[in-house]
Amino acid sequence: MAKTVFEKIWDQHVIRTLSDGRTLLHIDRQLIHDGSSRQAFDGMRTMKRRVRNLELNVAVVDHIVSTLPGRTGESHLPGIERIHALRNNAQEFDMEFYDVNDPRQGIVHVIAPETGLTLPGITMVCGDSHTATNGALGAICWGIGTTEVMYVMAAQSLLVRKPEQMRVIFEGRIAPGVSAKDLVLYLIGKHGVKCATGHAVEYAGETISAMPMEARMTICNMSIEFGARMGLIAVDDTTIDYVRGRKFAPKGVLWDKAEAQWRELVSDFDARFNREIRIRCEDIKPQVSWGNSPQEMTSVDGRVPDPASFADAERRESAATALAYMDLQPGQKLEGTPIDYAFIGSCTNSRLSDLQAAAAVIKGRRVKHGVQALVVPGSMEVKAAAEAIGLDKVFTDAGFEWRNAGCSMCVTSNGDVVLPGKRSISTTNRNFEHRQGPKSRTHLASPATVAVSAIAGCIADVRKSLS
Amino acid sequence: MDRFTKVEGIAAPMMVANVNTDALSPTAAGKSTSVDLGKLLFANSRYNLDGSEIPEFVLNREPYRQAKILVTGENFGCGSSRERAVWALQKFGIRCVIAPSFADIFRDNSYQNGLLPLELPADVCNKLADLLEHANNPEMSVDLETQVVTGPNGFRHSFEVSAERRMALLEGLDEMSVILRMEPEIDQFQAADRVQRPWIYERA
Ligand code: SF4
Repeated sequence: MAKTVFEKIWDQHVIRTLSDGRTLLHIDRQLIHDGSSRQAFDGMRTMKRRVRNLELNVAVVDHIVSTLPGRTGESHLPGIERIHALRNNAQEFDMEFYDVNDPRQGIVHVIAPETGLTLPGITMVCGDSHTATNGALGAICWGIGTTEVMYVMAAQSLLVRKPEQMRVIFEGRIAPGVSAKDLVLYLIGKHGVKCATGHAVEYAGETISAMPMEARMTICNMSIEFGARMGLIAVDDTTIDYVRGRKFAPKGVLWDKAEAQWRELVSDFDARFNREIRIRCEDIKPQVSWGNSPQEMTSVDGRVPDPASFADAERRESAATALAYMDLQPGQKLEGTPIDYAFIGSCTNSRLSDLQAAAAVIKGRRVKHGVQALVVPGSMEVKAAAEAIGLDKVFTDAGFEWRNAGCSMCVTSNGDVVLPGKRSISTTNRNFEHRQGPKSRTHLASPATVAVSAIAGCIADVRKSLS
Repeated sequence: MDRFTKVEGIAAPMMVANVNTDALSPTAAGKSTSVDLGKLLFANSRYNLDGSEIPEFVLNREPYRQAKILVTGENFGCGSSRERAVWALQKFGIRCVIAPSFADIFRDNSYQNGLLPLELPADVCNKLADLLEHANNPEMSVDLETQVVTGPNGFRHSFEVSAERRMALLEGLDEMSVILRMEPEIDQFQAADRVQRPWIYERA
């Protein structure tokens, strides 16, 4: 029978299907972080259980850790308790752990692919919704709650219901100044935040095939804002080339065996999808959000909509609330709106290629006076790689702060916050009310758009900075 | 896990769509285990920056302060996977959320903790919210045994929850025990899988 990539991977992980239709699915990897694991370890202690497969679980600090130069686990006072808890738990349960000053430390969804913990064909979970990022390598990866984190520690498997299958096909060339982030923001803006609820989404089409791996991760990352729990991309040469030689990737004859299996991970030509969406990419412009939901999106040269223009009552109400919260007027041009913060980072856009895209448009220019601009590499490895090619200099010369790896201003648990009433343009994935701090105002955009906006001191169109 | 059979009490109408987990349990609530999650439920809309209450917010109003049920808009619980969002609702006293749709992770997290995420059609939710807004006594009941919701002015609607979820809630069964009963099969799976895909278990 014809199968989607998703179904091929899924079928290989079925331990048993229950009479109620749920499946006990094997989990190949679990990543644990400081933000959502504590009660899971407590539960294990209560049950007097050890972690079933220690070799399949890895823990790292990312959410709460300070990103300041010279940081330690104690730099951010309110975070100490939880960093200590994770350190002690990892030690007590004997779990592999990347601590604050480990060169492998970074945001879970950045370090997993980069170390080769993520491999094609695996199932992976993490107590974090953006785990879908890893699906870019041709894997089923999704976010779970803390109770399920404990189940996986105890049994290395989960009871799940198979999601419906959706395919999003991107076609056509991307215009200069437009990035993978703009494509996924456009998709969500056009089809809404609950479009993919209950589905696993496969991203396909010539645009995806031509896309480098890190850009694919940005697309899969925002599957959750599109309503899906899982997003993935079929395996091709780009995937294989990316994985080859990674620290934890198989080597020698094992590699050959693995590669042969992975090459099968494409959807059969006659595989059935419950839904299919096509996106033409040529006309997509750089995107910027204006509201408090990732679907409240327009192009950078667009205008803030009039709430009255929405036919749907809920969208109308949401837009009106958002405009008040964001301090924007209907019809106002987004371009030129003054900003106070520019943030380049998060699991959506903190990899080397993201930093390169940002650096390319700011060389020799200065951040506008009064704007706090931050670059937070997604991992210490990304940081080292960026420094090796002098990107840190480009950023600091321009007046950006150059930080250590972590989630930082994406979720503010580590003390990096946008102050009340201030406006931020950010490469993150959520523009919810208060997300970057109480009363903070967030505009989502690509790394290049954020970088040129930092220079201009207002929301700016990166296409005007291209030579 | 708590058993869930029937919930009766005050229901609060909150007809906004896409209520996210950052709203349910703000980042600040995650910093320490000693905080009262229920107090921080919806903190950013419930309190001013100086900590004083915002009187218009529905859960700051009487009698909704005692709400056990929340009636709300579509895609409830979207955003992050934080299970705290469910714990915060429960700590506040809410046992059941009624909405036209839920985000996938939130729905699972709710069932894991004995909070019922009840999906009713959008027009039913709207009508219910309207009744609750105008009733002198905005009380409701949600009966999982008979699968019937009742509300003000003789409101009555039946619903259906999948059989296994319903049983688990009624008996307060958590999934851990169900999964652990299948341990021999997990052993078998892994033994065969180690041969098929050794690179999964032996990291280079
Ligand atoms: S960077 Fe932001 S979205 Fe990504 S894992 Fe960290 S907090 Fe979550």
